[in-house]
Amino acid sequence: MTGHYLVLSAILFTIGGIGVLIRRNAIVVFMCVELMLNATNLAFVSFARMHGSLDGQIIAFFVMVVAAAEVVVGLAIIMTIFRSRKSSSVDDANLLKY
Amino acid sequence: MTPVYMAAGDIPTPHIEYGRLAPVLIVLGAACVGVLVEALAPRAQRYGLQVLVSVVGLVAAFAWTIALGIGDQPHHVAAMGAVGVDGPTLFIQGTILVLALMSMLLIAERRHEDSPFTAQASTVPGSPEERESLVAGLVQTEIYPLVLFAVGGMLIFPAANDLLTMFVALEVMSLPLYLLCGLARRRRLLSQEAAVKYFLLGAFSSAFFLYGTAMLYGFAGSVRLSEIAAAISKQGGDEPLLLAGVALLSVGLLFKMGAAPFQAWKPDVYQGAPTALTALMASCTLVAAVGGVLRVFYVGLETLRWDWRPMMWAVAILTMLVGAIVAITQTDVKRMLAYSSIAHGGFLLTGVIATNKAGLSSTLFYLAAYGFTTVGAFAVITMVRDAGGEAGHLSRWAGLGKRQPLVAGTFAFFLLAFAGIPLTSGFTGKFAVFQAAMAGGAMPLVIVGVVSSAIAAFFYVRVIVLMFFSEPLADGPTVSFSPATATAVAVGAFVTLVLGVIPAPALHLAQSAANQLFVR
Repeated sequence: MTGHYLVLSAILFTIGGIGVLIRRNAIVVFMCVELMLNATNLAFVSFARMHGSLDGQIIAFFVMVVAAAEVVVGLAIIMTIFRSRKSSSVDDANLLKY
Repeated sequence: MTPVYMAAGDIPTPHIEYGRLAPVLIVLGAACVGVLVEALAPRAQRYGLQVLVSVVGLVAAFAWTIALGIGDQPHHVAAMGAVGVDGPTLFIQGTILVLALMSMLLIAERRHEDSPFTAQASTVPGSPEERESLVAGLVQTEIYPLVLFAVGGMLIFPAANDLLTMFVALEVMSLPLYLLCGLARRRRLLSQEAAVKYFLLGAFSSAFFLYGTAMLYGFAGSVRLSEIAAAISKQGGDEPLLLAGVALLSVGLLFKMGAAPFQAWKPDVYQGAPTALTALMASCTLVAAVGGVLRVFYVGLETLRWDWRPMMWAVAILTMLVGAIVAITQTDVKRMLAYSSIAHGGFLLTGVIATNKAGLSSTLFYLAAYGFTTVGAFAVITMVRDAGGEAGHLSRWAGLGKRQPLVAGTFAFFLLAFAGIPLTSGFTGKFAVFQAAMAGGAMPLVIVGVVSSAIAAFFYVRVIVLMFFSEPLADGPTVSFSPATATAVAVGAFVTLVLGVIPAPALHLAQSAANQLFVR
């Protein structure tokens, strides 16, 4: 049974990864990263069930806290660049290259 | 499927060795004090208090690290095995603390302008509010606690004995750095762009790190590195879960040290970030990241080395070549040093691949030598200034040697050390890692390393020729002198010279630190 959850977690992780690569809006890119982190949580919890240990569930809590901290920092940074450029597209941020 | 039963009383109180963890706790404690200073002290006193708290915290942590190193033979675990306190870790932590102190001299610098960081981060670049904040002489003193939090994360990262601790340390070190990158005083659009790029790519790579951790947890039933190693020797190394986990984990780790193909963030971030912070990132973050790579590959995956070696060979070769070749076309001095840092990451990986004591000790020595040279070089960059801030474009450096021979000469010395010319620490470090790699049977790697050093020497020497053999510009940059920055430059130059001329004591220290390898 837990195998199904692992497959779901892999699918979510892949959707998140593809989203980061193809989406243009910084907020959506960031949402996709969060999706990847949540896919990881699902994998941790399924493995915890499989091994019959609590470690994986505890790790999921740590990941949630870290993800929350990342949201705070990330939205602050995206807000700053949005206010200076009036755009949150990652394609518009192109002053630094080569 | 086993049901999980757990009564409330079953969780034992963790045993924490505060003495052995003290360096990390002091730095994080100083950061918390810094937050309180920000909340309670009047604005006029904050700068002095913050600098005092930061310097005292870093010095105390360094002193404690030394005490731990010379006390008894350090080979312990602390906090229920989550953190290792051993020779290599203490060496890395000591190096990070000294380099952070040197970078702190640049971060606290206010002789060139009020601060290297923005007056008020919330103002839009070019707006009337920004001008007002500049006229009012505001400074964003929150940067000091942020730097200390980042340094605290860097201290835990190479010491983490399980992957969860390592992940938390990775984020504690990265999150403040993402913010700090966006806080430059000049060229703020570039700086904010660097912060967005660093943040999005960094978060992306930590998701990979974490998914790799989940796979290894699924394989071994634990995230403790020693138990992963035990599971590998018991169950064999060809499980798909294990291999997927190692690959994803490596992506996260190699991203942090900026190895090719995950190097794309490095030039942008190094160029856009405030130079004082670039000095911190190029030295301390690299030391911490390589420390983490060393621990994962020497403790957790050591028994699997025949499987990961081909991958790391490819990464090391690509990193050395990409760094050295792309640097040739660069026109911005910080961007050029960023590519040079990528190439140096490749040289460090040749030491990691050796997986023997010589590999470990030579990598440690290389890290220390490279860190001092880097902080010194970026300190020189903060001194050479135009009307609009630092003179970033290389053409502005033309003829600097004729007008400011001392400053240009010191910078040339640092560049020669990067190139690995004898009598500088760069030569000793490269010699040590290549020797270890050869002993580990990685002859082709050494050949690629020497070739890419030769390519790299071309663009270092080109800058020296530009500084000394072309005519000075009429409106060329001036050198802004200040005691703090000059101290950072002098320490960098002194250590680079000493490690090049009499390397034996430092090599011996690295060898004795690496003697027992990492604690499991």
